[in-house]
Amino acid sequence: MDKKGRVGLGIIGLLLGILWLFPFYLILTNSFKTPKGIFASVLSFPHPSTGDNYVNSFRALNFIGSLTNSLIITVCSVLLIILCSSMAAYALQRNHSKLSGGILMLFISAMLIPFQSVMIPLTANFGAVHFLNMWGLVIMYLGFDASLSVFLYQGTLASIPIAMDESAEIEGASRWQIFTKVIFPMLSPITVTVAILNIIAIWNDYLLPSLVLPQAQYTIPLQMFNFFGEYTKQWHLALAGITLSIIPVILFYLFAQKWIIKGVTDGAVK
Amino acid sequence: MKNKSLSFWLFLTPTLVALALVVFIPVLEGLFYSFTNWDGLTFTKVVGFQNYITLFQDKAFINAFWFTVGFVIVTVIMLNVIGLGLALLVTQKFKGNNFLRTVFFMPNMIGGLILGFIWQFIFTQGFQALGNALHMDWLQNWLTNETTGFWGLVIVTVWQMSGYIMIIYIAYLQNIPNEIIEAAKIDGASAWQRFTKITFPMIAPAFTVCMFLTLSNGFKIYDQNLSLTNGGPYNSTQMLAMDIVNTAYNSGNFALSEAKAIIFFIIVAAISLLQVAYNRKREEDL
Repeated sequence: MDKKGRVGLGIIGLLLGILWLFPFYLILTNSFKTPKGIFASVLSFPHPSTGDNYVNSFRALNFIGSLTNSLIITVCSVLLIILCSSMAAYALQRNHSKLSGGILMLFISAMLIPFQSVMIPLTANFGAVHFLNMWGLVIMYLGFDASLSVFLYQGTLASIPIAMDESAEIEGASRWQIFTKVIFPMLSPITVTVAILNIIAIWNDYLLPSLVLPQAQYTIPLQMFNFFGEYTKQWHLALAGITLSIIPVILFYLFAQKWIIKGVTDGAVK
Repeated sequence: MKNKSLSFWLFLTPTLVALALVVFIPVLEGLFYSFTNWDGLTFTKVVGFQNYITLFQDKAFINAFWFTVGFVIVTVIMLNVIGLGLALLVTQKFKGNNFLRTVFFMPNMIGGLILGFIWQFIFTQGFQALGNALHMDWLQNWLTNETTGFWGLVIVTVWQMSGYIMIIYIAYLQNIPNEIIEAAKIDGASAWQRFTKITFPMIAPAFTVCMFLTLSNGFKIYDQNLSLTNGGPYNSTQMLAMDIVNTAYNSGNFALSEAKAIIFFIIVAAISLLQVAYNRKREEDL
């Protein structure tokens, strides 16, 4: 492309980039304003600026507590999903029978079922055995998210020759050893994909945890929802709360961007 | 691994049990309850198709259905056009194209609930201020009626998901061998001809994927709906997923909510399968 065209594209890109970032700019600048400051001008730079909004919303959000809950739930769910779905995919892929084909179809068909079709009986059942808490939630995430993960793992397993299993078997390795020592390490690229997709989905989930978790175990989205209800129209606090709650996500994105883009692509394309 | 081998079942059981407990048992229960007068805890009688008859006379459900259909049509078109446009832009060689990728995808990292809150501020406060400054009436009083609620939801969704769709188109665009494009250039094909005759057919599989994702996501949206408009004013911007949740947890009409959820399931599954089948066939024809 000629130089003129490249400059033109650069300008279009710059304008679009500004348009895309503008919401973040508005949230950030207004979160440092007093209520009067927001009322006087939404578009201006904060003047005078204040950090009080952050102190207050940090406390009202119980930020450390909800951040911890979000971390525990996300990490435990993702680890469990990786372990169980890779094992299940391994069993299904190395067994060439009608039965395993049928079970795989079952996993795939589960992806078509919307959450609303299961939500009431699901919470009633888990409530009946006193499992409406973060550990019950972790099991639910395994059930909901295993389908896609099994599907992704089984596609990759198909490209790992069965000779790998057989040579380990001849050397006397048990099935569990073959899986953990030989197969699972070879799956690590797709494990990253499975982890990324599930981290994003679970961290941001609202409806399911809102039906399952007691208040002491609230995650960041649940706490934000409550917080917003309490401070309706107190935008100075709400905006500081919003900014606080997206900081972990943005940091994770900037740090793991390469893997995130790859993971999201694999998850959609495969 | 053989069917009868112990390890086959040991490897499979944890996931299968979770899937059964979390998806298959509840969906079958729900299907059964939709034919009863279930109140969330117990039921006293089987009512046949009564709940299904009620739901087709339920104005809120019918409204939510048409609102959702409109929303899906508009967002599927906009997301695919904008997503492909952004992908074509950032795959050109110019300074800052990688940074732009990062920017366009960023909203996708933030959950729908918080995105809705962010845009509630922008529509009610930011648009208002901009409207005052520029003397543009159409920027004022957003989210106070059905039209601005609808377009508000569309804007949030487009801002959130365009980057995601862009990423998928990029993956397919990068698979087009450069030699083909170069050869077409030498043969004197214009930029528009290269796009319609080469790029477009070569990324046909991307359409299947992106149409599927935008269609099924569009139907299932809940969080953005909750935090941006909460269905208001007067339930005019309530989408299907929200109507089902509210029928259960606000009105306490659990059996009716289940019947709605089953219809919802059938709609989403049918559209997804039809759409994939249609696009597969189209890809083969190309």
